[in-house]
Amino acid sequence: MGEANSFIQAVPLEYFIILSSVLFCMGVLGVLIRKNAIIILGCVELMLNSVNLLLAAFSSYKGDGNGQILVFFIMVVAAAEVAVGLAIIAMLYRNTKSVDISIFNKLRG
Amino acid sequence: MENLVYAIILLPLAGFLINGLLGKRLPKMVVGTLATVVVFASFIIAVSLFLKFDTESQPVVVRAFEWFRVNGIQINFGFQIDQLSLMMVMIITGIGSLIHLYSIGYMSEDKGFYRFFSYLNLFIFMMLLLVMGSNYLILFIGWEGVGLCSYLLIGFWYKNKEYGAAARKAFIMNRIGDLGMIIGIVMIASQTNAIDYLSVAQNSGKFELDSTIIIFITSSLFIGAVGKSAQIPLFTWLPDAMAGPTPVSALIHAATMVTAGVYLVVRSNFLFSLAPTTLEGILFIGLLTALVAAFIGLRQNDIKKVLAYSTVSQLGFMFVALGVGAYTTAMFHLMTHAFFKALLFLGSGSVIHAMSGEQDMRLMGGLKKKIPITHITFLIGTLAISGFPFLSGMISKDEILANVYGKNPLIWVVLFAISAMTAFYMFRAYYLTFHGEFRGTKEQENHLHESPLNMTLPLIVLAVLSVIGGFINLPHFIGHGNYAQLADWLKTIYVYDVELAEVPFVTEMILLGLTVLMFFVVWFLVKRIYVDKKKMALPEEQYTGWEKLSNRKLYIDELNNATFVKFIEGLGVGGNMFDKGVLKRFTDFIGTGAEDSGRAAKRLQNGNVENYVLIMSLAIGIILFVNFILQ
Repeated sequence: MGEANSFIQAVPLEYFIILSSVLFCMGVLGVLIRKNAIIILGCVELMLNSVNLLLAAFSSYKGDGNGQILVFFIMVVAAAEVAVGLAIIAMLYRNTKSVDISIFNKLRG
Repeated sequence: MENLVYAIILLPLAGFLINGLLGKRLPKMVVGTLATVVVFASFIIAVSLFLKFDTESQPVVVRAFEWFRVNGIQINFGFQIDQLSLMMVMIITGIGSLIHLYSIGYMSEDKGFYRFFSYLNLFIFMMLLLVMGSNYLILFIGWEGVGLCSYLLIGFWYKNKEYGAAARKAFIMNRIGDLGMIIGIVMIASQTNAIDYLSVAQNSGKFELDSTIIIFITSSLFIGAVGKSAQIPLFTWLPDAMAGPTPVSALIHAATMVTAGVYLVVRSNFLFSLAPTTLEGILFIGLLTALVAAFIGLRQNDIKKVLAYSTVSQLGFMFVALGVGAYTTAMFHLMTHAFFKALLFLGSGSVIHAMSGEQDMRLMGGLKKKIPITHITFLIGTLAISGFPFLSGMISKDEILANVYGKNPLIWVVLFAISAMTAFYMFRAYYLTFHGEFRGTKEQENHLHESPLNMTLPLIVLAVLSVIGGFINLPHFIGHGNYAQLADWLKTIYVYDVELAEVPFVTEMILLGLTVLMFFVVWFLVKRIYVDKKKMALPEEQYTGWEKLSNRKLYIDELNNATFVKFIEGLGVGGNMFDKGVLKRFTDFIGTGAEDSGRAAKRLQNGNVENYVLIMSLAIGIILFVNFILQ
């Protein structure tokens, strides 16, 4: 793992943090302002991946493999989530012929 | 012995249950006979116990079961048979069975026949519980029970609103007294660690003579007695209680229940003897009550009201006797009063029966010939209560007078005047009712008839008792105590000796002569006014001065209305305003507050996922920001 470490460590840790923060914020913004359910799902993926990136970077810097195992967990959970999410969206589309989430407010109080 | 004690008390209860549950389906004859027989059977059993008892016999305590235990005080459910309770049981069941018999005739037309008899049986049961209980708590159960029966029977004709109000008045006034009674009983329990009469009597030695605590206890008990025995200030319910059927007035409101206060004081003699201050108070209240009631009695025109005020007045006499410590004399007067007042009430009932429900004496008159048995027996009752020599009332009342003279001649003078008033209003009632010309309607005159045998028989028996009843306790100057059997009989129930003031023989003779003279003077006077001069009572509107004051009952009801009733009404109005103005608004505020805040919060749940996420993100942002600042 030593070689990879030194490769990653060539880039300062702050850069990774800034990059993943930017990615995360873009994901949040996407969820907030886009109406297309599929794009929103994609943006959620983006947020998850920014976190993955951060975990991998820290893990590498500290020379500790645990962080990378967490990344695998997140990937599994994300895959499961997408499977469920896409299924829901597919059902919504079948009922409304649309994937615009602004009309899906049937569960309002 | 034990079984007999249970039988005495359970028989009337059985009568109550059978008549109360099945009476509606049974014929009237069965209902009436059953109710009478159970009480009479109790009387027979009581007499058999009496024959086994003598003055030396120790109290027999029948302990049914341990009821409960609190703070180390064991409270049993049990009965105590001693000289005092036996005497009371015989009065209650004896007079009770006569009145039951009378009621069969008196109530024969009534639709609530079975209800009436089941109530009467329940009353007898409760009254027996009151006098036979072995501790203050059972006494209190009976005390409340007879109050309940009194309420039920005063309001027996419940469709009449006024009668219902009279029943409530009796109930509420008694409750005021009962509060005092409860406080007294609780104080006894906490001070002596016992509640059974025998244990309390044993432990009563720890009280110092006339200490604050004993005065407090006895006064509290006496407040209960004031309520039940209709003394000032809680006496106005008794005349109103005449709304009930006449046998009820005779049994409950003259012969038995109202004397429960006297019984309570005599039963608690081991407490009252230690509190001379309370006894002074009792003397004062009794004297004042006797005076006020006798004064009001002078100008009442309802035959039952006259008797009611005379009852209040005679109860005052009994309390005067208690006040000077003459417990036996009070019990003696209680007994003779039970005879002649039950007789008078039943007699008035017979008159009312003959007059088709008329109670106003101004519309009676001349009944002497038409209803001879009622007339003779009523006359005997009148003579007994007014003080005809050697009749029961004269002997017992004279004993009170003699005892009082030794204490303070001034009190004797007042009591003497009250006796004169008693004789006056009783003879006034007698002459207005039975002499002169008939003043009622033609219809009533044609309908006049003597009552049936089952009504006249109790009258005759009670008349005989009223005549001879006094001989069981002749004054001590005759045979020097050998004939004072009642005093002898009751002596074992007194824990502490009470010294009664001795009156010299000559003085006593003079006093006796004076009362007899007074009696004949008053008799002559009343006869002159109401028979020879035919002076009839005026319409009530024409009364002036003292007559109006007497007729309007000294305006005591009005006074009560203006003070207590208005005051409590004011409290009620204030409470209502507080309830509506403050409490309702406050609780409403809580309710509507929750509703409004829910309605407001509902808007957040608009179903837009972006909205949720936005709020979530903002919230996370704020939390992070705050965290950052705090660092």
